[in-house]
Amino acid sequence: MSQATRLLPKLDRDEQKEARLGAIQREAALRLEPRSGAPTMPSASPEEGYYGLPLLKEPTWTWEIPLYLFVGGTAGTAGVLSAIGRLTHAPTRLTRDASYIALAGAMLSPPLLISDLGRPARFLAMLRVFKPQSPMSVGVWTLLGFSAAALTTALGEWMEGSRTGRAAFTLRAAGDAGLLMFGPLFASYTGVLIGATVIPVWNRNVGVLPVHFVASGLGAAVGILELRGHKQPALNRLALAAATVETAVGASFELSSDSVNQPLKKGPSGLVTRLGGVLSGPIPLALRVASLFARRRRAARLRRYAALSSVIGSAITRVAWVHAGHESARESHP
Amino acid sequence: MKTSAFLTDSTLCIGCKACEVACKEWNDVPADLSGWSGLSYDNTVSLGARTWRHVKFVEGLPEPGMGGNGPESSAWNFSSDVCKHCENAGCLEACPTGALVRTEFGTVFLQPDVCNGCGYCVVTCPFGVVDKDREDGRAFKCTFCYDRQKADLKPACAKVCPTESIQFGELEDLRQRARGRVAELKKRGVEDAVVYDPLESNVGGAHAMFIVRGDPRTYNLPHNPEVPTAYLRRGWTSVAITSGVVLAGTLLAFLSSRARGL
Repeated sequence: MSQATRLLPKLDRDEQKEARLGAIQREAALRLEPRSGAPTMPSASPEEGYYGLPLLKEPTWTWEIPLYLFVGGTAGTAGVLSAIGRLTHAPTRLTRDASYIALAGAMLSPPLLISDLGRPARFLAMLRVFKPQSPMSVGVWTLLGFSAAALTTALGEWMEGSRTGRAAFTLRAAGDAGLLMFGPLFASYTGVLIGATVIPVWNRNVGVLPVHFVASGLGAAVGILELRGHKQPALNRLALAAATVETAVGASFELSSDSVNQPLKKGPSGLVTRLGGVLSGPIPLALRVASLFARRRRAARLRRYAALSSVIGSAITRVAWVHAGHESARESHP
Repeated sequence: MKTSAFLTDSTLCIGCKACEVACKEWNDVPADLSGWSGLSYDNTVSLGARTWRHVKFVEGLPEPGMGGNGPESSAWNFSSDVCKHCENAGCLEACPTGALVRTEFGTVFLQPDVCNGCGYCVVTCPFGVVDKDREDGRAFKCTFCYDRQKADLKPACAKVCPTESIQFGELEDLRQRARGRVAELKKRGVEDAVVYDPLESNVGGAHAMFIVRGDPRTYNLPHNPEVPTAYLRRGWTSVAITSGVVLAGTLLAFLSSRARGL
């Protein structure tokens, strides 16, 4: 017996261990032939692109941006409500509340936008140019115009009743003109902002996004007013229209067979999109239609539920679109 | 003023990554290596804020004449990717600060002292090139060595390329050279050599062209890159109509309730 063999411990045959080695061998043998459907080595091909890696980069925006899209949509349409309300001599309490929603949105938007920037201190760099071909540049100037208008109106509202009646009227009129000009743009430009990009699910829907976002914003603005206790039938009519548009938009996505629209239907982004869609469209629509046939007290309650649903749905809808954009970029192929 | 361009000939590339190294060194670009990707020998995976030159490793089944050290070795195709410096550049159009500019050399330059990191260029680049650096906050991409060009020097990547796979020169000269090279390759039996220069798309051509074998999509070079400004008309038309409708609708809603004395 050689030296080496004597140094080895005596080995008892362990059936269990032998069986385990056999199992490993069988499992390894399976790898010899790739089974159909089994994961294969990633490869580069014309269909999958470079190792199936996405062609496009995902949006770099943080949580502030979907919130801003919601706030802007709500504020923009609230501005329109307040200005037109005053034009048509709607109750002062209503128009005042609407203009305060517009102002709150206008004041909240810049901090949201600035804190999303990689270099917040350089926000002012946006104001060194106006580029009509850049929706973000147009948007920044729109926000500025809208904020100025909302502030002017609010100042006029605030001076109301004081000695400076004429000044208050002039301020309100100037502010209202601004709200009418910038309000609809402020609520809808964000559709172009995300629509005029390379993200497939966004640019495929560039035509419908402004409609979608304005309807969503209108639903939210009216919703907040109703939750504040306003019961004007004009509000119910506007909210009915908004919910109808939202239902139609949601249905058009559901019926679309376009594979680019998959992120709106499949996976987590699809779930969020559908949740936002149902809360903004069919639910408030049904509740409001029901309210038309209900007794006064019950009708008011139904409308409040509809209002709440619209506000939440509107916020979720913006989160959903950003979410879907990420999904769409991840799936992008050359 | 001359119009600068790159012609990256992947049939000459040996995958040495000297271009990546030279680019980082000249431009002071931080490292971007998070680990092994498992995708051939490519570990930077794609162009981004910290990768301005990126060598793609397209590995395939053994193919005579395309292997490594023996006939049974994998076939290799390497291609050094870079910002395309589009003729119609989505990033440049979208930039709200004017940080992105067209230089006197016809290239697209991102001025780091103006960029505020809004990230809009990231979602408007049809090639997925520009990206925001999360740590720095700003967006970054290939500068086409604007500083070196100003000093009449070749871009760093082109200078170090040991096989002249990366060629730097005047745009039309290189276009012609690319056509000649592909014709020559075909004559030598490399039937699948093609020039990638998206002249037919609305990008309108690139200042970085490529010669690759086979379908350019294999290298994540899109068949039909789109400048997203193409969507502006549809978007703003929709905004105009929607704005009109919401103004008229709101007016109508308020007037009709007033008419009923409510």
